[in-house]
Amino acid sequence: MGSHGIKDKVAIIGMGCTPFGEHWDKGADDLLIDASTEALDVAGIGKDDVDAYWVGTAMSGSSGLVASKPLHLHNKPVTHVQNMCATGGEALRGAAYAVASGAYDMAMAIGVEKVKDSGYQGLVGASRSPTDGTERALTAAAMYAMCVPAYGKKYGVDDATMREVLAHISWKNHFNGARNSRAQFKKEVTTETICNSPLMAGTLRVFDCSGVADGATAAIVVRAEDAYKYTDKPVFVKAMSLIAGNASGNADPDYDYTYFEEIGAAAADAYSQASITNPRAQIAMSEVHDCFTPAELLIMEELQLCERGTAWKEVLAGTFDLDGDFPINPDGGLKSFGHPVGASGLRKIFECYLQLRREAPPERTIKTIERGLAMTQDLGGFPGEMVAMVSIWGTELG
Amino acid sequence: MRGIIASGGYLPYRRLDRSDISKFLGSGGGRGTRTVASYDEDTTTMGVEAGRVALKNAPPGFQPDALWFATVDPAYIDKTNATTIHAALRLEADVALDFGAAARSAVGALKTALGGGGSVLVVTSDIRTGQPGSGDEANGGDGAAAIIVGDDSHGPVIAEYLGGASVTEEFIDRWRTPGDSQSGNWEERFGEGQYLPLGENAWKRGLDAAGVGAAEVDHLIVSGLHARAVRAMVGRLGEAKGAVVDDRTATVGNAGAAQVGLLLTDVLERAEPGQVVAVLSLADGADLMVFRTTEAIKSWTPVRTVAAQAEWGQPIGYGKFLAWRGTLAVEGPRRPAPSRISASVSARSREYKYAFVGSKDRSSGALHLPPARISREGDAFDDMDAAPMSEVEGTIAIFTIDRIAYSPSPPITFAVVDFDGGGRLPVELCDLDADALQIGDRVELTFRRLFTAEGIHNYFWKARPVR
Repeated sequence: MGSHGIKDKVAIIGMGCTPFGEHWDKGADDLLIDASTEALDVAGIGKDDVDAYWVGTAMSGSSGLVASKPLHLHNKPVTHVQNMCATGGEALRGAAYAVASGAYDMAMAIGVEKVKDSGYQGLVGASRSPTDGTERALTAAAMYAMCVPAYGKKYGVDDATMREVLAHISWKNHFNGARNSRAQFKKEVTTETICNSPLMAGTLRVFDCSGVADGATAAIVVRAEDAYKYTDKPVFVKAMSLIAGNASGNADPDYDYTYFEEIGAAAADAYSQASITNPRAQIAMSEVHDCFTPAELLIMEELQLCERGTAWKEVLAGTFDLDGDFPINPDGGLKSFGHPVGASGLRKIFECYLQLRREAPPERTIKTIERGLAMTQDLGGFPGEMVAMVSIWGTELG
Repeated sequence: MRGIIASGGYLPYRRLDRSDISKFLGSGGGRGTRTVASYDEDTTTMGVEAGRVALKNAPPGFQPDALWFATVDPAYIDKTNATTIHAALRLEADVALDFGAAARSAVGALKTALGGGGSVLVVTSDIRTGQPGSGDEANGGDGAAAIIVGDDSHGPVIAEYLGGASVTEEFIDRWRTPGDSQSGNWEERFGEGQYLPLGENAWKRGLDAAGVGAAEVDHLIVSGLHARAVRAMVGRLGEAKGAVVDDRTATVGNAGAAQVGLLLTDVLERAEPGQVVAVLSLADGADLMVFRTTEAIKSWTPVRTVAAQAEWGQPIGYGKFLAWRGTLAVEGPRRPAPSRISASVSARSREYKYAFVGSKDRSSGALHLPPARISREGDAFDDMDAAPMSEVEGTIAIFTIDRIAYSPSPPITFAVVDFDGGGRLPVELCDLDADALQIGDRVELTFRRLFTAEGIHNYFWKARPVR
């Protein structure tokens, strides 16, 4: 028994990513075609060269037909995956593990979501199982809002300082997004605007919440030894760890809403797979799940980027800024990209791929990228009840 | 000896100041206040709340042989509402029946129980509606009462039933056609003329049957939705009229089907042993019931008295009142309305959904809400006992106000509640001023209607500050 990972066995040879935003003129099919075609073009291959497909979407379809029909695939295996906000990462995990097993030479993972057709605000799940009506009715924003007073109380951070910390996270991600042509929101936002935006839940304001956008991202993987046939800048899979929690947080009086155990476990597993002992020093950057600003704050501690109870100081010190010691969400994160659920995980990997290949534009290129490793982190669900994923990507074997 | 073993009332938390009606409409209203059921309450949920109080006021472990429920405003027709109350109170009774849907049915249910056998939990409940600006709207009140009827073998009888009388007459005084949300009224002098001789008839015959004289009555309750007839009736009851009790219409309003039960409970909660209580109800005829309190009432220590609940109400504006009643359609959050609940899932989770029963791991003691098969501590498998939690209080671990979630009356306040003795559940809070809420505040559970979709009501529990 053991979680060994697939370090250095599989490489990404090409990716595509649509702009994220309100695509009133494009459906899920169009977005999926755009992203996958871009990935194929980058890799210099055609759709028939891909042996198997994984398509991740949480609310825009429910089978392999989501990809095989619009792409008009010819007798190809297509697996549909859905794992809440880890859906995109999960699609690539399936594709990468299938290639690593030797079952296929080449596989594509596509993440796609069309969420702006519902007519409602926020995310609206596609199909819900019949229930007895006793489940929680509160929004994700409200669930994450509970982390704010809990964290402040536990670590002695007063309300005004917590407000400043969360505003800095939001400001930083919008600052980065303003340097990204694919982002939904490409403007810097002042902390004053953030702190005066309308209240949504608890102390969380509009600018503490990710936007809602449509988008698609695709990645093509092959065995590591084949990668240089397609590109001179392959991005190797160093680690992929997924944890589905047992949801005991909301049933267990010992849980205090200041940590995400599932993410900590996924990080520890990923570091083990990639033989990383000091993530803060060895890894250049991370794309994380900033669905709500307090989520990003707590994730810093789960990823062992700082001691528990100190992430708020590091945030204020600029550690995680674009020019900081450990840039977080250099592409602008969910704050700037919105959150097309199935696509977000792959969008995070896309930024790592760009930075590692030195293809990010100069105004967004991070100085720490010399470390040669980048990390992505996904979470789906709520405090105390989530799936979590941590993956590590690198430019060099070994 | 047969009579009343225990009783309990329920008044919803909100009060409408009648003067707000005239301020808003330019007419109508009046002085004083009335009780207002919350948007998440109906006659069934209020009946559950009254039932919980009555059972707390009954001997420990008491289980009635039957549950009878009467209301003018049933949450369902064709389907029995008493079964919901039966499930929420976790009753073992073989019988749960609705008495529909006139105010007199409530009095009739109580009187029939007093004249019958076995122990009966008689639950009466009402939400009084009316056209904006109408007398019905201003003078009505919302509430419920639950009275446990039985004999000595079921528990100490605190008020012996001495006897009574009934008289019936067909005339059109007030009416409501099925599907209508409010009643019509005939010119009131006609009804008054009809009611007075009927009341006198029942009064005289009933006192004779009970073997007491009018001068012996210590507490006189005269009830009925025809306020003018009720006032005139008191004047005709001779030596008893000095014993007439405050019917709380100035602050609570007239709770229709629940009025007799509420007033009787109110009287019993302050009565001394050996006192005669007469209840005269004017509704499509007249009914008199006469009781004498016993020595057992001395050691009866009721909780959540009607008097206490009448005190702790908080105001609601007339606009919100109209929105809660559905008279004003108000824009909600731009979120999808919830789907209807599944009958089969609800049946499987009946104990949890309706009675708030969790499970307790025999080995670790970990308490699970909702009940689980595999323990969160130690992973023991299928080794749990049922853990009834509806009467267990809890402490707020953390809370948040959600301004964007779907709610019939946004915003909603949600709290993670840690229950005394173990167990945690994030639950919606109600009947509170959210601005004053603090981590560590104490809460208790209350049975509510969360929403209705495709005509199916979704009942479950919320939490309110301990009162």
